[in-house]
Amino acid sequence: MTDEAATLSAAGPLTRDEVARVVARDIPSGSYVNLGIGLPTKVANHLEPDSGVVLHTENGMLGMGPEAHGDEVDHDLINAGKIPVTELPGAAYFHHADSFAMMRGGHLDICVLGAYQVSAGGDLANWHTGRPDDIPAVGGAMDLALGAKQTFVMMDLFTRSGEPKLVPSCTYPLTGLACVSRVYTERAVFLLGDGQVRVRQTFGTNVADLQAGLPGVELVDATGRA
Amino acid sequence: MTQFVADPDEAVAGIGDGVSVMIGGFGTAGQPVELIEALVRSGARDLTVVNNNAGNGDVGLAALIGAGRVRKIICSFPRQSDSHHFDAKYRAGEIELELVPQGNLAERIRAGGAGLGGFFTPTGYGTLLAEGRETREIGGRHYVFELPLTADFALVKAHRADGMGNLTYRKTARNFGPVMATAARHTIVQVAQVVPTGGIDPEVVVTPGIFVDTVVELPSAQPAPEEDGQ
Repeated sequence: MTDEAATLSAAGPLTRDEVARVVARDIPSGSYVNLGIGLPTKVANHLEPDSGVVLHTENGMLGMGPEAHGDEVDHDLINAGKIPVTELPGAAYFHHADSFAMMRGGHLDICVLGAYQVSAGGDLANWHTGRPDDIPAVGGAMDLALGAKQTFVMMDLFTRSGEPKLVPSCTYPLTGLACVSRVYTERAVFLLGDGQVRVRQTFGTNVADLQAGLPGVELVDATGRA
Repeated sequence: MTQFVADPDEAVAGIGDGVSVMIGGFGTAGQPVELIEALVRSGARDLTVVNNNAGNGDVGLAALIGAGRVRKIICSFPRQSDSHHFDAKYRAGEIELELVPQGNLAERIRAGGAGLGGFFTPTGYGTLLAEGRETREIGGRHYVFELPLTADFALVKAHRADGMGNLTYRKTARNFGPVMATAARHTIVQVAQVVPTGGIDPEVVVTPGIFVDTVVELPSAQPAPEEDGQ
């Protein structure tokens, strides 16, 4: 464990920016990455300028730069959240069918998404609350969930009312089946696969305490501190 | 051959009641607002509209929906912070919604324009949006069958056209324009500038003129206006 990781582990639950930094550190140099709307967009703030990471935005651009301010704002140049952004040298524009071919075709390395729930088997629910009065909107969520070589989720481990969001099986409508390989939260990083939920790292807690808060999900201690 | 007309009203004059219209744009980027507003003025009603969203604010597609002209919308992301016209019509049961994952929507349009009878996609498998669909396992992966999508008309915003109707686009305003241009029986394009034939390098043409039926030059049309959130 690096000094920084040890410090994070001891200090207590992470802030959302700290979670974003943990995700950013896990993205290999030179990766093609899509950051979903909401929390995952924070990851961009923690990528080193020389990381060589190329950001994809599904509305039709590779080489997306930071959010635009002032005179930089051009409303023909926006991200998937419809926020004005900038272009980096080497950027490319393309139409929607090509953009989603990049995902579906397995050309993106990593996609980072938010979630309502993730199941122990890697099912993702992040598009619809299922409430009858809710107007459903899916956007690119289902394409993104399946479209990268690895799908990471970045979320709070519990809802505001304290319900766990890492669950034996999702109760919200599904976005994709068995598609999530990692879950980054304020209390731990979970690795999903081969029917297991392995805890790689904890923040201000331990695997036994995590296990007590996640009924029905069997955790395997992979922190190296067991 | 591509025809050039003088104003947006003339460009949309052939759009009657009950037809299907693909409208380009992702939010307001690439939304052909002036063509849509001409369509509002034309009075055409009972329309089926294909767009990624269901209108933002009070202009363009939002105005068309607000005026009660849209019977059905096929889109991926209707609900937004500023989609109040759609929200009201939907809750009142006055507009039909067909919700399609964004990549499937783009690919259905591409398939329609390419003369294909549909395709199998992994996107949506095992979800509410694939209920009742034909599925198939190919190479150990599960796929859902999606039908092609075509329309009577497409309204597209591009950046430049030459005398042959060849088009270039601007930044992320390209989005659905190139695929929609291929998938409509009659494609109507608004551009900021028409240049003489030969004025666009053939190597940078994005939409070849064979897909373009009508062009109107609107030099005053600015890049997309600001919008509110996602």
